[in-house]
Amino acid sequence: MANKSVWSDNRFWRRSAAWVTGFASILLIWLTFDTSAQIAMGNDQDLQNKVTKRVPGPTVINYKITYEMSAKRGHEVPVIGEKEKFFGRDDYSEEEAGALLHLGKLGSQAKNCMDCHTLLGNGAYYAPDLTKAWIDPAWGPNGAMQALTGKNTKEEAMAEFLMHPDQYPTHARMMPDLGITAKEAKGLVAFLKHMSSIDTNGFPRNFGKIEGAVHGK
Amino acid sequence: MASKYLTGVGSESKQLATWYFTFAAILFGAQLLFGLIAAIQYVMPGFLYGILDFSIARIIHINALVVWMVFAMFGSVYWLLPDETGIETVGIKIGKLLFWIFAAAIVVVVLVYLLIQVGPADETTIWFITEGREYIEAPRWADWGIVVVALGFVANLFLTGIKGKQTGIVTVLMADMIAFAGLYLAGMFFTDNISVDQYWWWWVIHLWVEATWEVFVGAIAAYGLIKMIGAHRQVVEMWLWIEVAMLFGSGILGLGHHYFWIGTPEYWWEIGALFSALEPLPLVAMFIHVLYDWGKTQGAQEEKGSTVSVVNNKPAFTWFVLNAFGNFLGAGIWGFFHTLPQVNLYTHGTQFTSAHGHLAFFGAYATILIGMMYIAVQGTNGIKIMKHTKASLWGVSMIVSGVVGMTVALTIAGYVQVLVSRAQMGATWAGYFDGQSGMWFSQAMDWRLVMGVVTFLGFIFLAKDLLTTGKNPVHER
Repeated sequence: MANKSVWSDNRFWRRSAAWVTGFASILLIWLTFDTSAQIAMGNDQDLQNKVTKRVPGPTVINYKITYEMSAKRGHEVPVIGEKEKFFGRDDYSEEEAGALLHLGKLGSQAKNCMDCHTLLGNGAYYAPDLTKAWIDPAWGPNGAMQALTGKNTKEEAMAEFLMHPDQYPTHARMMPDLGITAKEAKGLVAFLKHMSSIDTNGFPRNFGKIEGAVHGK
Repeated sequence: MASKYLTGVGSESKQLATWYFTFAAILFGAQLLFGLIAAIQYVMPGFLYGILDFSIARIIHINALVVWMVFAMFGSVYWLLPDETGIETVGIKIGKLLFWIFAAAIVVVVLVYLLIQVGPADETTIWFITEGREYIEAPRWADWGIVVVALGFVANLFLTGIKGKQTGIVTVLMADMIAFAGLYLAGMFFTDNISVDQYWWWWVIHLWVEATWEVFVGAIAAYGLIKMIGAHRQVVEMWLWIEVAMLFGSGILGLGHHYFWIGTPEYWWEIGALFSALEPLPLVAMFIHVLYDWGKTQGAQEEKGSTVSVVNNKPAFTWFVLNAFGNFLGAGIWGFFHTLPQVNLYTHGTQFTSAHGHLAFFGAYATILIGMMYIAVQGTNGIKIMKHTKASLWGVSMIVSGVVGMTVALTIAGYVQVLVSRAQMGATWAGYFDGQSGMWFSQAMDWRLVMGVVTFLGFIFLAKDLLTTGKNPVHER
């Protein structure tokens, strides 16, 4: 056995496994530092100075959000436009907006949203994806939901639906009443509006851009 | 070729293993039942509406899945430790106490899911009802309980590994299980930033099922090959180290394929695509390894003039071979289908993911853990050669065809969603429901339900077989 090859040596493979694992882990940790910095939430200053953040600050609810094709990046990106009223105001302070977002994020977990819907594409597939729900045409001025709920704005229509989903059936598969209060609904809508402003690298593709000429039935 | 270690009699560690396996099997049944409820709701949306809504059925479906697998994994380790180290597990009394704490905590968590379901939007809900994060919904108090139990388990494993004989298999398990337990901590904090939330959430989910759990399977497969067919330890452990290198080498950075669309930077497209595309390779290696060793050992035996099978536990070995193939097919092929960002842009968050999830969890984990249950049943009943029975064959056939059937149905449903909801309709609310009401989609959901029922019937055969083994005269003692 004097000429035993290294390729059939357990010690060689054990060391290789340790080195490969260590190297991959270190690379992941290094990338995590970089990514964490890039996805840290922005603030009101950034929004006022038009500094683009992958995850904007909570006061993004004071602005109009659209989803537009970026020629440079080759896919759609959220665009933060002029001021827009949210429940009648466009001057939420950083604290007020932050508190609303906090309430909404807590609500999204306390009501198990993710076990029917997908958020950023992750969750269950029993109900529509909520990543860009805020800019879904269904809730816009030409959509059905404002008329259905008897409200004049997108945010009020969304809040009304969240509080009494069983009263506004849109499909045989209905959202159940989860005991969402008016305050919680406002927070949840702020959370949805904020989520739609996150730069998701173009997911979902063509959101809201295709009207659907032919139904695939 | 029956191993002299197979008896479980007299070992407290093996007794504890059987407790873990029993509770795991009960939770497996619960997983299937609540999966059936959720499947019925796709077909009849009014079913249990307002009483046990889809979200609750699904929470229990996927939480029972994760927990039964964790229980069966703990059981597997307690089972093999005395065999590998040659000594009784150190601190087994504490291990037994922790089992009861763990089991009681799970029962309370499930009862709260069922009876309280949701809470107000504040921290008390997160602490006591649900954390609302897919797979790890368990409330914060239970998180801490799980941490304590996992630490106790890791301590049992480490103290025994250090005191007794430290084989390659035990070394891999020690390194793997501490990473497995430690990763859970990444899923235990609250943040308002959903991108940060999902970044760390994937550390738990992905680094469990596509890294540490896979390495665990490699170690268990190695143990099973030595026990069941008398494979040569030197060869088996060399393969195990190669598998560890390949699995962690691809799986750790393969995490990137979850970072395409959650707000994280574009470089994850390249990193995630490259490393996750490599993830099937170790699964191919594991498949070849199991079949090669089987053929090699059988061949060596036949050279000596004996045509008797080298396999001393037919049902367990069947499940191990199914694991080798199912891991490659479910995790490897069904995963690779939609892992490239160009494809994933359209398939992310559709039934495609669900199809992959069903076949991968089954192929990679359920199979080998059921195999371990059979090894434990053989050991505790002092059986030398365990044979297939009618129930074991019906069980394995129905479960496999049921899960494959569900996977095919869900894959078709996923295609409809990709084509109609995503490509054609631009992923909106209206587009979503257009996809859902398509004929192909609804028929796929009907078939998924039928195949779910087949799976559940198979489970009944499996449970019957495991429970009646002790009295079955067909096995050689």
